[in-house]
Amino acid sequence: MITDRTWNERIRDPHAECMSEDERKVLQGEKLKKLVKRVYGVVPFYTEKMKELGVEPGDIKGIEDITKLPFTTKEDLRDHYPFGLQAVPNEKVVRVQGTSGTTGKLTVMAYTQKDVDIWGECVARCLTMAGLTAEDRIHVCYGYGLFTGGMGLDFGAQKLGAMAIPMSAGNTKRQLMCMEDLGATAFACTPSYALHLAEAMQEAGVVEKMKIKAAVCGAEPWTVEMRHKIEDILKINCFDIYGLCEISGPGVAMDCIHHEGLHIHSDFFYPEVLDPATHQPLKDGETGELVFTTLDKEAVPLIRYRTKDLTSICHEKCKCGRTTPRISKFKGRTDDMKVIRGVNVFPTQVETALFGIGEVVPHYLLIIDREDNMDVLTVMVEVDEKFFSDEIRKLDALRHKIGNVLKQALGISVRVKLVEPKTIERSEGKAKRVIDNRNLV
Amino acid sequence: MSTIQQLSVFLENREGRLDEVLHALGTNGVNIVALSLADTTEYGMLRMIVSDPEKGKEELNKIGITAMLTPVIALRVPHATGSLSRAMHQLVEGGINVEYMYAFANGRDASAVLKTDEPERAADILNSSGFGVWTADEAYKANC
Repeated sequence: MITDRTWNERIRDPHAECMSEDERKVLQGEKLKKLVKRVYGVVPFYTEKMKELGVEPGDIKGIEDITKLPFTTKEDLRDHYPFGLQAVPNEKVVRVQGTSGTTGKLTVMAYTQKDVDIWGECVARCLTMAGLTAEDRIHVCYGYGLFTGGMGLDFGAQKLGAMAIPMSAGNTKRQLMCMEDLGATAFACTPSYALHLAEAMQEAGVVEKMKIKAAVCGAEPWTVEMRHKIEDILKINCFDIYGLCEISGPGVAMDCIHHEGLHIHSDFFYPEVLDPATHQPLKDGETGELVFTTLDKEAVPLIRYRTKDLTSICHEKCKCGRTTPRISKFKGRTDDMKVIRGVNVFPTQVETALFGIGEVVPHYLLIIDREDNMDVLTVMVEVDEKFFSDEIRKLDALRHKIGNVLKQALGISVRVKLVEPKTIERSEGKAKRVIDNRNLV
Repeated sequence: MSTIQQLSVFLENREGRLDEVLHALGTNGVNIVALSLADTTEYGMLRMIVSDPEKGKEELNKIGITAMLTPVIALRVPHATGSLSRAMHQLVEGGINVEYMYAFANGRDASAVLKTDEPERAADILNSSGFGVWTADEAYKANC
């Protein structure tokens, strides 16, 4: 839907975003050669991995040789937590950002100033793709902190020369007040929160008073229907921004006004879509695991990082004029990770946390619902003889204790529901761990 | 023994759950003498004095229901205005903290099941101040 009849496609870097495929391949190949030479010299993890595969930096002559290189996985990042894969001296590092990991431990990524600049540049390209310019006021209600959402959009607004309004998440009433008072022309947050804000504006009868024309939403899976709903309520254009902390943050890719896939800034991040089982490259349109190589990253360059996100890729030129490859909306994940309110949650994290309480809880179930457009995680825990009490006070204390432990481990609030033993369904002796009622795909 | 065993059952807020518990006890000859059902938004807690607490627990566990035995006392006071107040006053004086309490009919006297962290001491206080507690045998066969 293009609500603005005079939509004027803006491209921030026409050279980078519209170059021919051949030209881009040469650029990517040059960057890859340099990258491999550098990491082989300074990151023992990659030196060893390449030696194992019998590959030397000299074997990489162009981007097509990327398939000779080893993969990097989330587990590798955890094994080298926090700074084991750093490729620059400490004095070059200017910041870290992070995400919650599967063991309750963080994944942190270091950035040099150049890394931050490129990250900001990518987000600025995205904001331009959303029709925004230096004139705009971008209300950022992603969380600021280790999470890349808030800082990423902020860096992008800065690069664009737009005004960032660093609201961070929560307090909807105050968000609306600031949007109205400061004349925000765009906002950025998770799609579920965007819908929540849109409905709150509608309820408060302030939609007409707002100057908002675009919303940039990401960090959790969402449907086209949801985008349409937000667009219809606010009469704006919504865009799907994608990114991950390991690669830089939001801005790795975003969809343009035509919404026919997310444009990857592939001059910085080289994408591959591989068969999850054989790891062989797939053709355009075939669904597989998205793998990224950071071509310019200084602090922690990653070679063939397996995102576990399932998607397909398209290399055709887009109606918007960009030639950057596009990935389709995500079709799922190769493992059981769930993205809840923008936070990665693995059932195993819950298990680890529950075991940490002292009483062994072998049976639990995660139920993810969307209530008032917000993700709600309920963890059902079977009441065991071991911690059963006939006093409600004690059971409630246990419930709160479990809730607190899970909040600590997952980074999001959790509703704990105590249920009777054997009420959680087992199939083939193995409990089903997650019920996702959000109907996202 | 001044304490008696209460059969405590955790009940998920689910249709027909209470019925299942009562049915299991009934068909296995476990008679319910007194009961109290406490509910929260999340779950319910069924507390009962039954003719055979051990058997009751066993039967419920067999069908996958969480049940446990909790020592409580069965307070016994004359059926007269102010007697419960006087009995409870003795416990307050003795520094006994009451967790919960529910009424229970047995003969001509008024009775109540009372849960505290110190059931033995609570029973002693009541016995020595002119009130009393039902023994297990008396309580489990109340009104029979």
